[in-house]
Order: sequence, then structure tokens, then C-alpha cells
Amino acid sequence: MSNFAFNSMAEFWAMGGYGFYVWLSFGLSLVALLLLWWTGRQGEKHFRSQLTQRLSREARVRAHQQQSSSVQESADESTS
Amino acid sequence: MNPRRKQRLFAVSAVLLLLGGAVGGIMYAMSENVDLFYTPSQLVNGLGDEKTKPVVGQRLRIGGMVVKGSVKRDEHSLKVSFDLVDTGPVVTVHYEGILPDLFREGQGIVAQGTLQDATTVNATEVLAKHDENYMPPDLKDAMKDIKHVAPATQGGSN
Amino acid sequence: MFKWLDPYAKPQTLFNLLGRWQRVLMPLGWLLLAIGTVWGLGFTPPDYQQGDSYRIIHIHVPAAIWSMGAYSSMAIAAFIALVWQIKVAQWAIGAMAPIGAVFTAIALWTGAAWGEPMWGTWWVWDARLTSELILLFLYLGVIALQNAFSEQATGDKAAAVLALVGVVNLPIIHYSVEWWNTLHQGATITKFAKPSIDPSMLWPLLICIVALGVLFGALVCQRLRTSILRHEQHRPWVRQWAQEQA
Repeated sequence: MSNFAFNSMAEFWAMGGYGFYVWLSFGLSLVALLLLWWTGRQGEKHFRSQLTQRLSREARVRAHQQQSSSVQESADESTS
Repeated sequence: MNPRRKQRLFAVSAVLLLLGGAVGGIMYAMSENVDLFYTPSQLVNGLGDEKTKPVVGQRLRIGGMVVKGSVKRDEHSLKVSFDLVDTGPVVTVHYEGILPDLFREGQGIVAQGTLQDATTVNATEVLAKHDENYMPPDLKDAMKDIKHVAPATQGGSN
Repeated sequence: MFKWLDPYAKPQTLFNLLGRWQRVLMPLGWLLLAIGTVWGLGFTPPDYQQGDSYRIIHIHVPAAIWSMGAYSSMAIAAFIALVWQIKVAQWAIGAMAPIGAVFTAIALWTGAAWGEPMWGTWWVWDARLTSELILLFLYLGVIALQNAFSEQATGDKAAAVLALVGVVNLPIIHYSVEWWNTLHQGATITKFAKPSIDPSMLWPLLICIVALGVLFGALVCQRLRTSILRHEQHRPWVRQWAQEQA
């Protein structure tokens, strides 16, 4: 790589003596951006699991209501 | 556009304009105090319309260019003095301590300290102010004798 | 007036459109950022004056530019939400604020890490740094207001007003280095003059600026879509979407 600005990888990490500041900057910033992306993804996932839970709960409630109303109907029929 | 929307549009725009005006007014009134530092000519000639000069003993910041040949270092301590200039008047700064890596003659410097007399500041902090130009080192004609000075802690800060 | 935009105010249409955009913008943004940063870190010459520390410019300047760009977008959304009462615009404010806040924080801490070796201090209360810090507070204020009220509509309106009103800070940030004596230097590229940066250093900087802009768009799509789902969850199309995801 003729364009590489450093004579070795060690020098690359050292950044001419400023390595701490350069890598702190880029490292923290990358972590922050990744966190932004990840929390965005988690938001959608969390919503979907919340929604499916709610929908299945509603379905169970409906099924239970139908069951109890049909039990009620057959109970009414046998007593009428 | 329906009338209610138009009304909201006017209301929002009016608030924005009024606010912009208010902020502009505040900024104009405060503008003399938003500067981080006095320039040497401001320190010597005074600031603003009233030409108010800072008082001896006042804590302030001074910013200017280091005058060539004005840097005097004490042999046995970290004491140093140098002159700062912008358009004409010169202010002398006395400082004891390690100077920033970028410090050199011709460099922009901002020093914080107390005013000793009309043209002297005893500094407790010296910061370097660099310009907005970025160039590779091999553009010799633009360098103006300015070279990068490696930091004192080369290799010690990883 | 903007009849052609009407279909996009419909949440479901917008949801699908944002999804298409996100699928393109997200990988593109990360790719451009990788290219720009690696190029800037390893394949440009050091600065004649600042040595290798100046390489921080490739993350600091794009973050600072987009901290203001994101705020402008948020303010436009706030304007639309207040004047046209379009709820999607209101949700967009909520999507943009956290992203803008993070970009502002990145600009501030990368600036501090750059200032310490070059200026000799991590922070100074000059007009540029102070106004950028105020921008962070504005973002946090918008986020806080949106979540502070039991009556969501009140919080939404307050947040939109703050977003709009804070716009006055943007020209202050930009022109601070011209109007006042500041430690922060003047503009290198955002000016009506030839850039005062060598072309070899300029290219990776431009790529990083584009990269962060693309990422901003992608991240907004991501959050706005979730917002749409949340607000429209009682609609059949959302249920269908949830089932399709399984």
C-alpha cells in the first residue's frame, strides 16, 4: 500500500503521539453510532413482541368467552 | 390554504420573528462580552464605543500572535515571556509553566491571567489557537517555517 | 398546496416507503463511513502543523455539520406539525431528536479530544463551543418535553415549539467564529471561498460528511417506522405486518 501514511501498524496506532485522543474520539463515536442503530432496532422488536403478546392474549380471551357462552347456551338448552 | 391553517402559519411565523428579534437584540447588547479574549489592540485602545479599557488586577484573556524574537525563556525555571500583537499595539505576557505543543513565534495564542499594567498580563494559562488551514508537510511554500512539533509524551500515551 | 405529498401523510404508505429507503440507506451509510474513516485515518498525509491529531476532523466536522442539519430537519418537521397538524411530522420530531443529540455529543467530545493536545484544554467557554453545547441542551429539552406530560398532545406541542424556537441557535453556532473572538478557528469548508484544506485531505472528509448524512436518514427511517407502528397498532395492516415478521 504505497499511500499508507505510516511506516508500520505500530505507528498507525500511535498516531504520532496522539493515539489516545484519536482513538478515544473515533472509538467512542463508533460505539455511540452503533448504540443508536441498535436501540432503533430494539424499539421495533420490542413493539412487535408487545403487539403479538397483546393479540394472542386477546385471542385467548375471545376463545374463552366463546367457550363459556356456548357452555352457557347448552346449559340454557338443557334447562329450558 | 384553509383559514385556520393560515392563522396557525401566521402565529408560528410571528413567534419566530419576534423571538429572532429578541435574541438578536440580546446578542447585540451582549456582544462585547461574548468575546473570549481581548486582542492586543482592544486591550491597549479599549473596547466598544466607550473605549473601555480593562482595569489593572482584572482577570481576563488576551489573544494575539507571538511576535518574532520576543520569546524569552528563563534558564533555570519554566518562566517565559513573549509579546502578542494583532494590528499594531503589543502586549507582553509573563507565564510560568509548560507551553502548548503548538506554541511558537508567529502562532496564535490565547493567554488567561491578570492585568499587571496597561500592556502586561501575568498569565496562569496559555492556550494555542491554530488557524483553519490543513496541508501536508511537503507543501513547502505554504509552510512559513511552521512545522509540526511532536508531543512531549510521544509513545507514552497509549 | 402540497397535494402530491398527501399519500405520504398516510401512515401505511409512509411506513412502506421508509422501509425501502432504510434498506438502501443503512448499509450505504455504514459503508461510506468505513471508507471515509479508514481513508482519513490511514491514507492521507499528516498536517504540517497538527501532525496526526488533525485526523479527528473526519469524525468531528461531519458530526458537527449534521448536529445542525438534524436540528434543521427537526425544526421543519415541527413547523409542519404546528401549522398543518400532520401527526407523522410530530412523530418525526421524536425520531430525529435522539439522533441529533448523539451527533451533537459526538461533535463535543471529539472536539474536546482534539482541543486538549492542540489548544491545551479540553473545554473553553467560547461562543462556538458554548452554542454547540446549548444545541445539545435543546435536543434534550425536546426529548424531555415529549415525554413529560400525561397529556401527550401537550408534550408534543411544547416539544415542537421548542424545536422551532431553538433554530435561532444555528446561525449563532455557525457565525460565532466570525462575529466574536473565539478560541475555535474559522471555517475550513463551510464558507463561500476556496476550502482551506488540501484536496488529498478533503476527499475522505467529504465522504464522511455524506456518510453521516446518509446514516441520519437511515436511522430516522428506522425510528419513524417504529413510531408509526406504535401509533397505528390498532389498525389491521399493523397486525398483518406483525404476523408477517414471525
